[in-house]
Amino acid sequence: MTDANSQAMAAAAARRKVLEGLKTTDNFFRLLTHSSAYLVLILLGAIFVSLVMGGSLAFQTFGLNFLTTEVWNPVTEQFGALAPIYGTIVTSAIAMIVAVPISIGIAVFLTELCPMPLRRPIGIAIELLAGVPSIIYGIWGLFFFAPMLQQYVQPELIAFFKPIPVLNGLFAGPPYGIGILTSALILAMMVLPFITAVCRDVFETVPPVLKEAAYGMGWTTREVVGNVVIPYTRVGIIGGVMLGLGRALGETMAVTFVIGNAHRISESILAPGTTISATIANEFTEAVGDIYTSSLIALGLILFFITFVVLALARFMLMRIEKKAGV
Amino acid sequence: MALDLAKYRRRRLRSTITVSLCWAASGLGLTILAVILATLVFKGFAGLNLKVFTEMTPPPGSDGGLLNAIAGSLLMTFFGVLIGTPIGILAGTYLAEYGRYSKVSSVIRFINDILLSAPSIVTGLFVYEVLVRPMGHFSAIAGAAALAVLVIPTVVRTTENMLVLVPNQLREASSALGLPQSLVIRKIAYKAARAGMITGVLLAIARVSGETAPLLFTALNNQFWSTDVNAPMASLPVVIFQYALSPYEDWQRLAWTGALLITAAVLSLSIAARYLGTSRTPK
Repeated sequence: MTDANSQAMAAAAARRKVLEGLKTTDNFFRLLTHSSAYLVLILLGAIFVSLVMGGSLAFQTFGLNFLTTEVWNPVTEQFGALAPIYGTIVTSAIAMIVAVPISIGIAVFLTELCPMPLRRPIGIAIELLAGVPSIIYGIWGLFFFAPMLQQYVQPELIAFFKPIPVLNGLFAGPPYGIGILTSALILAMMVLPFITAVCRDVFETVPPVLKEAAYGMGWTTREVVGNVVIPYTRVGIIGGVMLGLGRALGETMAVTFVIGNAHRISESILAPGTTISATIANEFTEAVGDIYTSSLIALGLILFFITFVVLALARFMLMRIEKKAGV
Repeated sequence: MALDLAKYRRRRLRSTITVSLCWAASGLGLTILAVILATLVFKGFAGLNLKVFTEMTPPPGSDGGLLNAIAGSLLMTFFGVLIGTPIGILAGTYLAEYGRYSKVSSVIRFINDILLSAPSIVTGLFVYEVLVRPMGHFSAIAGAAALAVLVIPTVVRTTENMLVLVPNQLREASSALGLPQSLVIRKIAYKAARAGMITGVLLAIARVSGETAPLLFTALNNQFWSTDVNAPMASLPVVIFQYALSPYEDWQRLAWTGALLITAAVLSLSIAARYLGTSRTPK
């Protein structure tokens, strides 16, 4: 009797021990996942704080003039961010003007026109374009694309726009090959697959009934796309465009190869220029002196801030369309 | 009636133009991919020989290969993924399992998506500030850390997406048998979502193995063979960057060969990931 009793008690104790062990690992695992999730938040905060600290010397020395002066002189230690900021914005803007219509065209093709068996392979091929590392675009741009532009395209552009006022300033000067326009076109190729992927995904959220009704009324493909598909997915398209813009603004290696690295603002988009990321990539390891390094980190902070705002807007818009689609 | 027919023809014509433009856009996209790959193969194969895999990066004007750069890339990618993957998987687990509907999770999700497309050069600056500057020198550890920062958001995203696809009945059934939640996640949910989670890690590897910007001022470069993680280390992308912009023809040839190797590796990784992702993902 007592023997059986003690046995039962031992079993209960063993059981409790196992359960307690499970409870500990359970809590431990939960804590681990919890802290890892918070680490993502901390990471963003840490990036921000470290950039602010690293760039504080530059902001203290130059104040707000840092944002508005064009001079960039390591010898006299005078630094201003205007030329890189200008280059970043102009290259990204041109890239968007080129890439957005093409991306939407490909997305329409993939969702409306493409024969079914070809849809997946072509979709994958476009996505592979997104997987090509940016340094490959850089080396390809420098040795293949830029010489091609220099030889065949830029002389034509210069000659064509010469008699047109205003525009002749934009396309003035000798054809260098490398420069703002070349960088912008390379950027356009790089962001194209990202925008295409988002557009294709949001186009697929359009209820087939809407399209079928429109086709049933006798609308042409163009009218269905223009009056049903695009209005229905407008917010999502804008989100995708912003996502691509975020990529273009921060893209480093491809641009560094073909921008020409000139710290000046030229009227002509054929002239060499620089962007924030290209300046950092080119000069950071060679920067001597605290103020030079700090100015480059301050540039990084500006870039991070701009892309943060753009990407946040993009996510916000994509979230809105996801809610609408009820995904 | 005749008037209507003219209008109809105009509408048809406009539609045909739009449709052809869409075809042309797709053709352009495919052409760009084809031209890039063709240039790479054409220029890269010219310099491809055994020496590339057996000799160190040369000084200009002499023979050599890319061995130290390849080894450095493999090593730093390995450590970057080794550090980043567990953190990413655990954070993704939290978002999908413990805090799927909580307010904090939606904030974390939002921040993670921003980190996912944040400029990688900023990551380099960040690691420079927190690791390289305090340590006083460039090192492979810093390079691996910078890559890990890029791995985390990719893995978080795919892990969460895959775990959300696991049917809730599986979780309910195992909970009903008395399994504690951590075991439900590790033994049931992870198993069901395994293919998708591996896909995520492969995609992360593909992404970081081509990254150059974050390595420029963390791991720097090294002309010689080195496995010292506390010293600067060569990597394929950084060597390509340096050699391509040099005036020496033999360096440029090596850069093209390196570019071909990286692209081949990255593209086959992403194709493998895609294959794995579509064939066995829980539907």
